[in-house]
Amino acid sequence: MTEWTRHDLLNIRDLSREEIELVLETAKSFQEVSRRDVKKVPALRGKTVVLLFFEPSTRTRISFELAAKRLSADTLSVTAGGSSVSKGESLLDTAKNIEAMNVDLIVVRHAASGAPKIIADALGPSVINAGDGCQAHPTQALLDLFTVKERLGRIEGLKVGIIGDILHSRVARSNLWGFTKLGAKVTLCGPPTLMPRDVEQLGVRVTYDLKEVVAQSDVLMVLRLQKERQQDKYLPSIREYARLFGINKEKLKSAKKELLVLHPGPINRGVEISADVADGEHSVILEQVTNGVAVRMAVLYLLLGTKSKADGEEKDGSAVS
Amino acid sequence: MDKEAIRRAIMRIAHEIVEKNKGTEELCLVGIRTRGVTLAQRINACIESIEGGRAPLGILDITLYRDDLADTRGKPVVHETQIDFDITGKKIVLIDDVLFTGRTIRAALDALVDFGRPASIQLAVLIDRGHRELPIRADFVGKNIPTSPSQNVKVVLSESDNAEDEVLVENAEKKS
Repeated sequence: MTEWTRHDLLNIRDLSREEIELVLETAKSFQEVSRRDVKKVPALRGKTVVLLFFEPSTRTRISFELAAKRLSADTLSVTAGGSSVSKGESLLDTAKNIEAMNVDLIVVRHAASGAPKIIADALGPSVINAGDGCQAHPTQALLDLFTVKERLGRIEGLKVGIIGDILHSRVARSNLWGFTKLGAKVTLCGPPTLMPRDVEQLGVRVTYDLKEVVAQSDVLMVLRLQKERQQDKYLPSIREYARLFGINKEKLKSAKKELLVLHPGPINRGVEISADVADGEHSVILEQVTNGVAVRMAVLYLLLGTKSKADGEEKDGSAVS
Repeated sequence: MDKEAIRRAIMRIAHEIVEKNKGTEELCLVGIRTRGVTLAQRINACIESIEGGRAPLGILDITLYRDDLADTRGKPVVHETQIDFDITGKKIVLIDDVLFTGRTIRAALDALVDFGRPASIQLAVLIDRGHRELPIRADFVGKNIPTSPSQNVKVVLSESDNAEDEVLVENAEKKS
């Protein structure tokens, strides 16, 4: 099996297929911990994980915090509003001050693409990108891959449709890399104004025909439509978007029986997805949330569980006992 | 130890387990990954041939409870723990292939008590090679093999190793 040698997790693009598979397999082993009465294992005892969130987040922050706590790490949350950031401290200064208190890992979310990389390059502790601008959200892609693999047993050969505001979506970008690396065929669909130019070069198909995507796909990934997009003149109206690209029961009539509908949350009911689909038989939206904890435990464990030691003694299963 | 010796040792351990526990009531076996699981399955098959019933069998992965996680080279791969029954009030027999320093068993005990409060925990091992670093002893031992700390005891079981059963004592290769 591949060995994990990475110090940071910044995006999916850098990972090899084997590394992605290692995370998914490790996550599988961690699923069981969250089902126990005592939901805690001592693997990361004494490690400190800082959640540095410059953008609002509920799901991702809680998920990382639970994941770290279930591995016995200590966590603390720093948000832009309640910190010196509101007094004008720079990103790197904030990060360096956190590093000076001897933390082991920093989870970063920032509105600017590349912010986590700047921190990772400048600092000693491991860095996990929990979403940066429009660029990447690697743990979301990993948990989506995990959820699909749990449900359908494979990724290879699946047809995956990603629907909505592709242009501004870091979730779409990370998933596009993740699913194509594992052998799925990805089709992007959304309003032409919200489709990145020349995105086909990344090995995906682009269509503006939602019907066709729905009929062919094994997995539909519905992206959140940010309401500000209308003010930014990307869309004539939210209602028109809902009519043309919103997923509802009517539009899913031609879909495969086994179709999975994913959404990274938070959902705008009635805009990109209707309530009867979000709560319906195809939806695995809440499973994604559950699996998110196991996947983040796996990532934390792989980044922090052990540190490389050049003179460490080789351990053989039979020799340790 | 060859195939036959291993078979006899496992059968004797199974007899001792049912004798000591007066049957299989409330008895549960928990194998430590990976060879402990194979041994637990074999012991369970023997228990069935003796008593006519099997004990519930759990699988324990102790990776997350190791005390050397921080300084082991590489990242030990985590596997799933599967204990599908409530262990509270049960008589647990923990099963592993080799008992050496006792640190694996310490980790397994920590892991087990996170699942509940068993009535008792007993320990069965195929090989006891000595050199304990913790106050831990086995209740059921297949064979005591005196070794030097630098030697390696290798247990080969057909299910997990794709080779005929045997136990080998190897002199550790010199590491540079």
